[in-house]
Amino acid sequence: MTLQPGGAAATTVAPPADPAASAPGGLNKESAWRRRDRRWGYVFIGPQVVGMAVFVLLPFVASMVLAFASWNGLTELTWVGLENFTAQLQDELLLRSIVNTLLIAIITVPIGLGLAVVIAVALEKLKTRTLYLILFFAPVVTSTVAVAMIWQQMFRVDGVLSQTISAIFGIAPPDWLGDPRLALIAVCIVSIWSALGLNVIIFLAGLQNISPSVIEAARIDGAGAFRLLRSIRLPLLSPIIFFSSIVAFISSLQTFDTVFILTADAGPDNATRTIVYHIYDLGFGRFEFGPSSAASVILLLLTLVITAIQFGAQKKFVHYEDDAA
Amino acid sequence: MIAKPIPSLTRDELSVPTDSTIAIVAPELEPRPGGGRPGRGRRRLSATVLHVALIVAGVAMVFPFVWMLITSFKTLPQLLQDPLSFWPAPWTLDNYVEAWNAAPFAQAYFNSIYIVVLAVIGTLLTASMAGYAFARIRFRGSRIIFVVFLATQMIPKQVTLVPFYLLMAQFGWVDSHLSLIVPAMLVNPFAVFLMRQFVLSLPKELEEAALVDGAGRWRIFWSVILPNLKPGLGALSIIVALDVWNSFLFPLVLLNSPDLFTVPLLLSSFRGQFGSLNYGLVMAASAVATIPMLIAFVIGQRRILNSMAASGLGGR
Repeated sequence: MTLQPGGAAATTVAPPADPAASAPGGLNKESAWRRRDRRWGYVFIGPQVVGMAVFVLLPFVASMVLAFASWNGLTELTWVGLENFTAQLQDELLLRSIVNTLLIAIITVPIGLGLAVVIAVALEKLKTRTLYLILFFAPVVTSTVAVAMIWQQMFRVDGVLSQTISAIFGIAPPDWLGDPRLALIAVCIVSIWSALGLNVIIFLAGLQNISPSVIEAARIDGAGAFRLLRSIRLPLLSPIIFFSSIVAFISSLQTFDTVFILTADAGPDNATRTIVYHIYDLGFGRFEFGPSSAASVILLLLTLVITAIQFGAQKKFVHYEDDAA
Repeated sequence: MIAKPIPSLTRDELSVPTDSTIAIVAPELEPRPGGGRPGRGRRRLSATVLHVALIVAGVAMVFPFVWMLITSFKTLPQLLQDPLSFWPAPWTLDNYVEAWNAAPFAQAYFNSIYIVVLAVIGTLLTASMAGYAFARIRFRGSRIIFVVFLATQMIPKQVTLVPFYLLMAQFGWVDSHLSLIVPAMLVNPFAVFLMRQFVLSLPKELEEAALVDGAGRWRIFWSVILPNLKPGLGALSIIVALDVWNSFLFPLVLLNSPDLFTVPLLLSSFRGQFGSLNYGLVMAASAVATIPMLIAFVIGQRRILNSMAASGLGGR
């Protein structure tokens, strides 16, 4: 596995072997073949391009347009300029949604990825790990709805978690889903639990792709197990950790299923209301398409800003095999 | 080289390996370099500690599933009186009978399976076609179109939720599986990107011989490229299948008739209907919705884990 920043520079389209070029008859034939071949190019990308235009770009543009309009699907569409945005930015519910969403991301990403690194490093030392992988990965193949339904029962006041905590610490059983502060933590616990396995196998694959010669060289230089981990394995894993953190952060920004199911419609007093829940609630609970679209534009901007920040941070923390070797 | 700030493009650098290069659950025992060094006893001890720690973590991971099963066999009186008792006393199948009768699970499984199968077949075909064209055919605009494909991956799907719904309403596809199947078949920039990587990893000599023989692009694609893409197609079908099977928000918005519900959507209806009343019933419904998937996963675990590791992105 190459980790160089410019690794696969094969973005340029490879020229196909051109049989006509070597065939007798020369230039005319070649360009005819090329022209036909070019048409084949469009035919081959056709289905995906049409799908992209109709199902992604068109709704995307419509979303941008609706963000500046007032419409509920029945009345005339009227232009309201920036009103949706100014109204949304003053809407306490949107602000709470943004804060909650960011909190979920900030709590789950470092803890989730940190646990995954620790587990991947531990698993890499083992010869037989299939059973562990199955255990860790089972939540990933389970639908988020089922995960949330199961955990909802686990988190009940009269459920197994609260009762156990109560029995051990001799305190009143915590009301995970009823207490606004605990509800958000419950959402984070479930998010970490369900994504852990995915990051574990990705990190494990990354660790296994570190060339044995690098490790061996460091060993010969007298590096111990801890030193190897700190100075070789983790730095070489850092590009993968970095990309996973972006993917995880962006997918945390899209949290919906868990808060919709686990904390039954965004929790007590909207304690777990997220941006996507807000978009859903405005659009399909109240049929306010304009404000809903304005909220989705805010989600898009947030996603882009986070991505930009993380790529800015990349230079500082990420090591590539080139630098180390 | 296209600029960095597109997360998916950077998967490029992690290079999509073919089946042979990723083997996180390979059966062979790797020889350990430095195995003959002193301190073996200590190493064995630390291995034991490692196993104990991992077993504890592993048990914590599966406990919710175990508790789901245990709870689903308990009667409501036991659940209310003694929430911490482990074994059901008495065991009962009533929850399963009630869950099965309360909601059309068989229909939901049928719906989910055929939606997933069509979405996977469609994606494999359209994405490998596009991936092949982007990798090997020279045509005007191919680069810029490819960049657009990558850029759209940055747009969260949820951003277009409302307009997408309105579009489906225009098509008359609300409360129809078409609204789930057709878009899934026709748009998947990640799949296009993945297939392009797999095509790039094939030796060019493969097609050259066929081109010299005068074979057309379609024949080359169909009988030379596709057969060689099998590992990639396998990985992609697993990723797409998981993604489509588990999707919730769009089916929630687009489908109204219970007969059309997918498995997760049908399961979610237990939240509202029976929610906090009888949680043995909710657990039985959850078990009906998850156990077949878990069994399928355990059977195909090697391919699934390797595919997910190779793709790096996972099926969300």
